[in-house]
Amino acid sequence: MSGGVARPLIRETAVANALVGALIVALVLMIGWPLWALLSKSLENGSGTFVGLANFRTYFTTPSMVSALLNSLWVAGLTTVIVVPLAFVYAYALTRSRMPGKGLFTALALLPIFAPSLLSAISLIYLFGNQGFLKGLLFGQSIYGPIGIVFAESCYCFPHAVMIIATGLRLADGRLYEVAEALGTRPSRVFFTITLPGVRYAAISAAFVVFTLVITDFGIPKVIGGQFSVLATDAYKQIVGQQNFEMGAVVGLVLLVPAILAFFVDRHIQKRQVALLSARAVPYEPKPAPGRDLALILFCLAIAAILVAMLGMAVWASFIRYWPYNLALTLANYQFENFEPGAWGPYVTSLKMAGLVAALGTALIFTGAYLVEKTKVAAPLRGIAHFLAMLPMAVPGLVLGLGYVFFINAKDSPFGALYGTLAVLVINTVAHFYTVGHITATTALKQIDPEFEAVSASLKVPFWVTFRRVTVPISMPAILDIAVYMFVNAMTTISAVIFLYGPATKLASISVIHMDESGATAPAAAMATCIVLTAIAAKLLHITLDKLVFERLQAWRKR
Amino acid sequence: MPESQSLAGGPDNAPFVSIRSLEKFYGNFKALGDINLDVARGEFVSFLGPSGCGKTTLLRAIAGLDRQSSGSISIGGRDVSQAPPSERDFGIVFQSYALFPNLTIADNIGYGLVNRGRPKAEIAGRVAELLAMVGLPGQTGKFPAQLSGGQQQRVALARALATSPGLLLLDEPLSALDAQVRIRLREEIRDVQKRLGVTTFMVTHDQEEALSMADRIVVMNHGVIEQIGTPEEIYRSPRTPFVADFIGRINLLPGTLRENGRVEFADRAFSCPPGSGLAPGAKVEVGIRPEAIRVRGVSGGEGNAVRVRIHDLEFLGAFCRALLEIEARPELHLVADFSANLMQDLALREGMVIPVELPAEALRLFPARTAA
Repeated sequence: MSGGVARPLIRETAVANALVGALIVALVLMIGWPLWALLSKSLENGSGTFVGLANFRTYFTTPSMVSALLNSLWVAGLTTVIVVPLAFVYAYALTRSRMPGKGLFTALALLPIFAPSLLSAISLIYLFGNQGFLKGLLFGQSIYGPIGIVFAESCYCFPHAVMIIATGLRLADGRLYEVAEALGTRPSRVFFTITLPGVRYAAISAAFVVFTLVITDFGIPKVIGGQFSVLATDAYKQIVGQQNFEMGAVVGLVLLVPAILAFFVDRHIQKRQVALLSARAVPYEPKPAPGRDLALILFCLAIAAILVAMLGMAVWASFIRYWPYNLALTLANYQFENFEPGAWGPYVTSLKMAGLVAALGTALIFTGAYLVEKTKVAAPLRGIAHFLAMLPMAVPGLVLGLGYVFFINAKDSPFGALYGTLAVLVINTVAHFYTVGHITATTALKQIDPEFEAVSASLKVPFWVTFRRVTVPISMPAILDIAVYMFVNAMTTISAVIFLYGPATKLASISVIHMDESGATAPAAAMATCIVLTAIAAKLLHITLDKLVFERLQAWRKR
Repeated sequence: MPESQSLAGGPDNAPFVSIRSLEKFYGNFKALGDINLDVARGEFVSFLGPSGCGKTTLLRAIAGLDRQSSGSISIGGRDVSQAPPSERDFGIVFQSYALFPNLTIADNIGYGLVNRGRPKAEIAGRVAELLAMVGLPGQTGKFPAQLSGGQQQRVALARALATSPGLLLLDEPLSALDAQVRIRLREEIRDVQKRLGVTTFMVTHDQEEALSMADRIVVMNHGVIEQIGTPEEIYRSPRTPFVADFIGRINLLPGTLRENGRVEFADRAFSCPPGSGLAPGAKVEVGIRPEAIRVRGVSGGEGNAVRVRIHDLEFLGAFCRALLEIEARPELHLVADFSANLMQDLALREGMVIPVELPAEALRLFPARTAA
């Protein structure tokens, strides 16, 4: 064998730099430019002349606009105050008790994630609406308005808050509790001096996430808001109803404020959180306490029952002939050709869109994360790519959707032809959910031995061969996680795509809104049910795949 | 024997690896300073030093994994200072093994061969040959997680040698292993290296590992080379107090060099070896290793004998580590190693005052460190 070293035609670093350059261009087009379009639009008048902050002045001096802003703020605030304590107790039960059925309770808490946000609103209408059988419980108040919004949003945000707080609670060092016990500390004092401070950051983080989710959610206020206007519906009205793009841009930027604030608070908190758990920490093992466990189980049962009811009510209603007068079961509401011009078309479009988002989005996100994390690209390129990948986290879907509208609709935009196509829906949805996938991929990649690339280089194997032969197979579980996450979110998303779909590319979630608008609530519930079942099926398929196939194919994981 | 090629070409006097004025900065931090090193073909050189001394940085610079800030590296007569790793000719083994977990042992070892478009049968033959060489014949179908740490490191070694590289780089290859496996693998690696005659650099913080394996040791501290030499040279003639203290233990006492091969410390003059290169009157540090301090057959007051009080005895199994106070200057301490035998014969106890000898040939003189 020759010991001589041939100089390859293309250098690996050049390839890596070129690929990261391409990634950056793609991310700028997908994320950076639309945001810029939104920002510049907010500083222009209707004919495209720069007017400085005039639009903002108009916004803050128009009483209806300001009242929508204030409505959004207090509704989001109230939801946060309700959700975070409930989620804390629920998460506490999942992590710090010995109650049975933790897996089931975790799954039930996550249920709302698999449905479009407005599903719980539809359920509420069936329960407490004008024909609702629990209407009496409202003592004459209407569910259409802030009560309905807060209730539905609480369900919608609950899983996010539980996940964040449970993660915080899991980070406990068991030794602290042992020391406290050895010192004879009262349980209440342990709770206030160890448990609460430990989970403080997670609770703050959860509060910001909930606040942002509520303030930027479009589906729930659209369905159950009635005459009560909030920022998200305002933006929709300005753009779609009145074609007032400048004002829509201003509302979009106002929506961006809490999200950006949440983003930076969260980053700050994560830095603090790291220090809490050292490598030497011992996981916390809850001690038996039947009284505590019984109380927690009752609490979790009550919460889970509400979550299931909020999902199940709509599902059940979708099979009812004529609510509430004829409760006979029927499939009539699933004959969408009677209620929706596209018949089953929107559902098929949704499936296609979600499939493409899962396939292309996952490929882009994982490859991008690999290039940023593992190849020797120039540090500034790496920094820019990482920043762009993290940006969507701070941008609510509604805002990103608005940005796309301005970006594509600009007078001389080269992308005008994309408007209303499946391609733009796919691109927008990938961009919308990019960050979580990027973080998942980066975390998985960081766990892989950093010397693999060095070994490959020493064996003169280019990095793309190692990427294909080693990195991708090892990371398969993370890649599937990302794909399922992308698929489920693409199935349920409304806020960004509501501005971007065209006649031929109406999605199932948008069809739900339209049918609900035209009074066909039962078919709307039916379409929403299809979405939920598809999302849950995707997740179950994921779990099965993980369990069965990987155990066989990935024999190398076993010792 | 395909691997004999690395010895082919006959004896040549030019160094195989040559490093000149190598420097590496991380921001303002100087990780490597003015590194100069020539290594002959087939040599086994160990980079030894405490953590953070720059030894791994130097190895990664040679590999091209972390480019130097300035200076040059040539391998086999070719300047590779600016070449990426894939254009240098080396195999590398890491502390973490870095085996690809999803590939079988055979696929791991053949990883670099497949890429060269060799026929399958040839690769299989080579893999079998390498596995036999590292003492794991027939283990081709297993996955890395099914092997022990020591076996995994053998596979990593086979993989690094598969392409018959001119240079083998070992980055703390034994640090993750149990003490017993470590000692066995130490011998095996050395054996394979000698058989193949492959020029080898090994990074280690374990002085015993470096002493037992290397032809030459490069002792590093704070990013600079303190001393280069054979294990014996490094141990017997450490050039700096740092080297003396890092390789083995040494007692250091402040003193002053006098004329006629005498050195003064602890309020009196002792004989010392000539040729320290220092002028009489120079402030020095006088070093003596614990095992060089003699107890048997020493009568007080003559030659290099000095009376000491046994302040403390620490039982360490085969020998005792004794902390001695010089009787005339109790604030000056010496550490000495007393064999179990000696302890018994002389019935040594804490508090006893005995004469010990500091043999002239065992004394090492270092220039006193200024304000250290």
